[in-house]
Amino acid sequence: MSELIPGQAGAPAAESRTGAPADGTGLMVRAEQVHKSFGSLEVLKGIDLQVRAGEVCCLLGPSGSGKSTFLRCINHLEKINAGSIRVDGELIGYRERGGRLHEMREKEVAAQRRSIGMVFQRFNLFPHMTVLGNVTEAPVLLGREKKAAARERAAQLLERVGLGDKLGAYPGQLSGGQQQRVAIARALAMRPKLMLFDEPTSALDPELVGEVLDVMKDLARDGMTMIVVTHEIGFAREVGDTLVFMDGGVVVESGDPREVIANPRHERTRTFLAKVL
Amino acid sequence: MESHDTSTVRARPEPLRAVPVRHPGRWVAVAVLAVLVAMFVHLLVTNDAFNWSFMVDKMFRPPIIEGLLRGTVLMTVSAMLIGVTLGVVVAVMRLSDNPILRGVAWLYTWFFRAVPRLVLLAVFGNIGILWSRIEFGVPFDTQLGQLFGIDNLQLRLFGFSSRDILTGFMAGLLGLALSEAAYMAEIVRAGIQSVDEGQTEAAQALGMSRGQLLRRVVLPQAMRVIIPPTGNETIAMLKDTSLLLYVPVSVELFFQLDAVGKRTFQIFPMYVAACLWYLFLTSILLVGQYFLERHFGKGYGPAGRARLRLRGMTAETGGGGNSGTVGPA
Ligand SMILES: Nc1ncnc2c1ncn2[C@@H]1O[C@H](COP(=O)(O)OP(=O)(O)OP(=O)(O)O)[C@@H](O)[C@H]1O
Ligand SMILES: [Mg+2]
Repeated sequence: MSELIPGQAGAPAAESRTGAPADGTGLMVRAEQVHKSFGSLEVLKGIDLQVRAGEVCCLLGPSGSGKSTFLRCINHLEKINAGSIRVDGELIGYRERGGRLHEMREKEVAAQRRSIGMVFQRFNLFPHMTVLGNVTEAPVLLGREKKAAARERAAQLLERVGLGDKLGAYPGQLSGGQQQRVAIARALAMRPKLMLFDEPTSALDPELVGEVLDVMKDLARDGMTMIVVTHEIGFAREVGDTLVFMDGGVVVESGDPREVIANPRHERTRTFLAKVL
Repeated sequence: MESHDTSTVRARPEPLRAVPVRHPGRWVAVAVLAVLVAMFVHLLVTNDAFNWSFMVDKMFRPPIIEGLLRGTVLMTVSAMLIGVTLGVVVAVMRLSDNPILRGVAWLYTWFFRAVPRLVLLAVFGNIGILWSRIEFGVPFDTQLGQLFGIDNLQLRLFGFSSRDILTGFMAGLLGLALSEAAYMAEIVRAGIQSVDEGQTEAAQALGMSRGQLLRRVVLPQAMRVIIPPTGNETIAMLKDTSLLLYVPVSVELFFQLDAVGKRTFQIFPMYVAACLWYLFLTSILLVGQYFLERHFGKGYGPAGRARLRLRGMTAETGGGGNSGTVGPA
């Protein structure tokens, strides 16, 4: 009951933190030279990123630097033009066969996405379903769980994010912070190995930011691998294992969050941090 | 202004006494309308050509009622059912990633929206002239057979006489339903496109396939946009069943009324009867539509969505302001 990620039940948080090797390298995410263009506009210009299992990686950068785009590439909501992205050792969106890359079919891509949870800035809850319906929909529809079992687990997850009394409510009846916590529970219901957060607190009124960050901290403590695009420097400093600063489609610098925030090596990082802090 | 101020100050304001605004224009309008209505009634009552007693006597006769039930009501229901179903399919094809499906769907809507229903129905009604039998099988089988020196090769899987199937009711139904599907496809497409892109992304991110997310996430939400115009389409369809006269479909309200009129040389009373019947039927549908629209307009509907969108917008600008960044958003 106390763990938010039933898939790793019983595993002490510290152990998964140090990174139980997922594919021998201990890397949950390995992006190499990722390029992405929209028409003639090159948004990602060769991103390299490694996230170890159990790590929290915070992505920081000015508007338009390509953070969202990169995050969406990780679960193949956007197709990359060059480079490669592996999650838990598995190539995303493509299959290697006979030394050649084959594009995956829609079904295979969908299957890959099931182990990657995503939380959006604008929640994107399904407004025509109750809170419980939102959380149980995917596991039941995709045959992960029987209806009764899914409901029980959904109730547990919602209890855990502090919404045990809102099962029957519709998203429209909830505050932004509550909606975002439902969205997190919805993603967790698929038992992901990796969670992607795209500015999860930017659409929230200031007094609601804390409740969502608390859930995320909890999740991090339980050993979930997370990539978080955020402007919440406090969160990055407190729970981040790495901080990656992006600008203009490249990684400008990365390292220990406390280190980078305290003395950024690059001028661009420095000016950006000065504005955010 | 003054009374308002005092009322807020005093605990119990005394009732406001003011001379209400007079509307002399309204009384003039009422008078003019009354005269016009009187003239109209005079016209209806004194002109023998209307022949009211004859009309009332004929308009409830069994063939006419049968025509109403089968040719008008049943036809409307069937054509709409097929039209909506096929329309959803065409709309989904139109929005698919597959360029061939997209092209076919475009061609379909283009054709059936470009040809007038009346002409379409006339064509469907007379298709038996072109082919007495309609068959499905390998195309150009006889011609291919000749290439290989086989005489009169026939590779037909099944077929039917178009006179059996494509006459009257079925031809009319096909014409109306196929044309309706084209209009419904546009309505459904607009409905699907009205659903926030984020819904699709969230469903995709959870691992749903396109079909699954359409069925479970997008279409249920598109319904709010789709249903009101579908009500309009149903009313239009009910009226358009009168076009079946040109197929022709004999078990149909207008066909029957028209026939009685021509037979008895009392054409005008029967046309008035047609007006009254269609007025009656569409009025029922209008009542139904009123309740449907009220139902789908309430709740967490447009207002809630607008609020959410607004919040997202302020968040975007707010976030940019926070980080104080420059460059394109
Ligand atoms: N679907 C798209 N088509 C065309 N251009 C796009 C698309 N998505 C993003 N872009 C462009 O790519 C660039 C990077 O966008 P992205 O959303 O990744 O930035 P971001 O770092 O997340 O910014 P923000 O902090 O504002 O969310 C922007 O210039 C944007 O206009
Ligand atoms: Mg973004």
